[in-house]
Amino acid sequence: MYVAVKGGEEAIGNAHKLLAAQRRGDPAVPEIEIEQIGGQLSRAVARVMAEASLYAPREAALAVKQAQGDLIEAVFLLRASRAAWPRFGYSEALDADKMQIKRRISGVWKDLPGGQILGPTFDYSHRLLDASLAEKKEPAQTPTAEPGRERTEAGETEIVFDCPKAMRALSRQGLIEEEPAVAREPLDLTREPLDFPAGRDLRLQNLARADEGFLLSLAYSSQRGFGSVHPFVSELRLGTVKVEIIPPELGFPLAIGEIEITECETVNQFHGGGALKPCFTRGYGLVFGCNERKALSMAIVDRALRAKEFGEEIKGPAQDEEFVMQHSDNIEAAGFVEHIKLPHYVDFQAELSMLKSLRENYRQGGGRDE
Amino acid sequence: MNRRPEGNLYNFAYLDENTKRMIRRAILKAVAVPGHQTPFSSREMPMPYGWGTGGIQVTAAVIGPDDTLKVIDQGSDDTTNAVSIRGFFAKTAGVAVSARTEEASIIQTRHRIPETPLREGQIMVYQVPLPEPLRQLEPRETETRTLHGLNEYGLMHVKLYEDIAKHGQIAASYDYPVMVNDRYIMSPSPIPRFDNPKLDHSPALQLFGAGREKRIYAIPPYTKVKSLDFEDYPFTVQSWNERCAICGAENSYLDELVIDDQGGRLFVCSDSDFCRKRAEAGPKGASRA
Repeated sequence: MYVAVKGGEEAIGNAHKLLAAQRRGDPAVPEIEIEQIGGQLSRAVARVMAEASLYAPREAALAVKQAQGDLIEAVFLLRASRAAWPRFGYSEALDADKMQIKRRISGVWKDLPGGQILGPTFDYSHRLLDASLAEKKEPAQTPTAEPGRERTEAGETEIVFDCPKAMRALSRQGLIEEEPAVAREPLDLTREPLDFPAGRDLRLQNLARADEGFLLSLAYSSQRGFGSVHPFVSELRLGTVKVEIIPPELGFPLAIGEIEITECETVNQFHGGGALKPCFTRGYGLVFGCNERKALSMAIVDRALRAKEFGEEIKGPAQDEEFVMQHSDNIEAAGFVEHIKLPHYVDFQAELSMLKSLRENYRQGGGRDE
Repeated sequence: MNRRPEGNLYNFAYLDENTKRMIRRAILKAVAVPGHQTPFSSREMPMPYGWGTGGIQVTAAVIGPDDTLKVIDQGSDDTTNAVSIRGFFAKTAGVAVSARTEEASIIQTRHRIPETPLREGQIMVYQVPLPEPLRQLEPRETETRTLHGLNEYGLMHVKLYEDIAKHGQIAASYDYPVMVNDRYIMSPSPIPRFDNPKLDHSPALQLFGAGREKRIYAIPPYTKVKSLDFEDYPFTVQSWNERCAICGAENSYLDELVIDDQGGRLFVCSDSDFCRKRAEAGPKGASRA
């Protein structure tokens, strides 16, 4: 007669077994290897690294595999590991000017120093399913390239280093605002509790690890009129940059590796007028890996969040620091939304007795049952 | 010092020592200012936010090898999430675990306070989803922090008054706000208001952890905790006409079970340890089942 509502060890154990079987899929099909995920699903891996705030391609690929392709779950796996690893120190600021460029475009200059480099992009592909990808093919021979040049299927091209930023064309003429001054040593979002007003250092960190979908919609809402950002893309670049640290016992920078990043700089409408010389304003986006959608969204939302700084009217959520920063993290959001799956017997019981007592009051006060 | 249990990939109780130190500092501040929400740099845990990450971090920061841990969810040690958290600490800290309230030195809980009275030296760790008692009245953190700072609680009193005007009573059945040490209004976490009186002058140290919202707060032992009310509308707790079908308890918080689709109901203690102890002591109310 007693209904067993309380689960236990056995149920959890079985759930884990079922999950493992679901992850593995049909055992007659070879198991997917994390090298395949890293190499052939690189954009999924990039997204996981960006939102986990951890540049670790192998671990991110493992997370994608373990999460059965659920990227938010994969981000979560990587974040949780990251949180338990010791922090040795901070790198020097990345120098994106010295990027080894794979792709670089500008939406404001038709031609510019260094040129436009289309690189790998979906932008001009026709979105037609390619049935030939469903067939097994022998791998093409890995081409080797001359020193200083890169060989791809597209042929051999020169590797571009040290390409000046497109923004320089505007800054040299004073048409764009000065880089906002750095008011303090940047705080670390993952080591300090969030406090408001947060400041641009923390905002950018928050946006860089924000959920891509959330950021995309915010940017979109701002462009559509809930906010007032009408950006031009000064430059969008993709490539690898060196990461340098200064070991205390050496005192000079040492490259410890390189990472792939996507960087976006936008030019936005004017600030100034009256006594203030009018100039364009900046928005900035930076993301791990190849992810232009997110870099663009970030640059738009960054600019929208500077509304207060420029004395602009707050018209939409994308301009509201607290709204954006408190809801951008998909691990926090997913946790809270999904926690309603957990039992709430006690609270529900409390609500039930409350409702019964309200009903009783209603009846005693002359209310009628329909 | 190597604090890793044998063969374990992580530090003792999962978190690294620096993180634990940071959390302990927040706990010390929280204990020094009872009821005040102390920000802390919450870490991602291997469980999702909403599963008790705040409580887990607090427990990880205070637990030692000699502790005995009890974990309950909805009053029971057997609920899946309680099983999972207890297993986590058994694995990462290798500590003793127990379902018996009197044996435990640390009790982590979601939504209940045990019926068995707590004693000195015990630590209650509450999992908190929304630490800010004023949040439903004021969505902005900047505002609510100021309101706490200025001891400006008019909003809350008006809300309680409106409840009475509308419903004839204060319509909060759980997470019922309390005033701690005559200074801070505090969320007791979503415990039923039935449990609120147990917060007051408890001999145990009570710690509250909110992982996603990155807040820790505390009620030190023997601190005054008053559930908000009015002189003419005093605070009351839930009561039942039924008794527990297993142990016959008349004064414990009861879960209502649906036993068939003809409207059949059964009431049993939500606190499974309390219920088991009473049932073992002798059959009292089982015949009513």
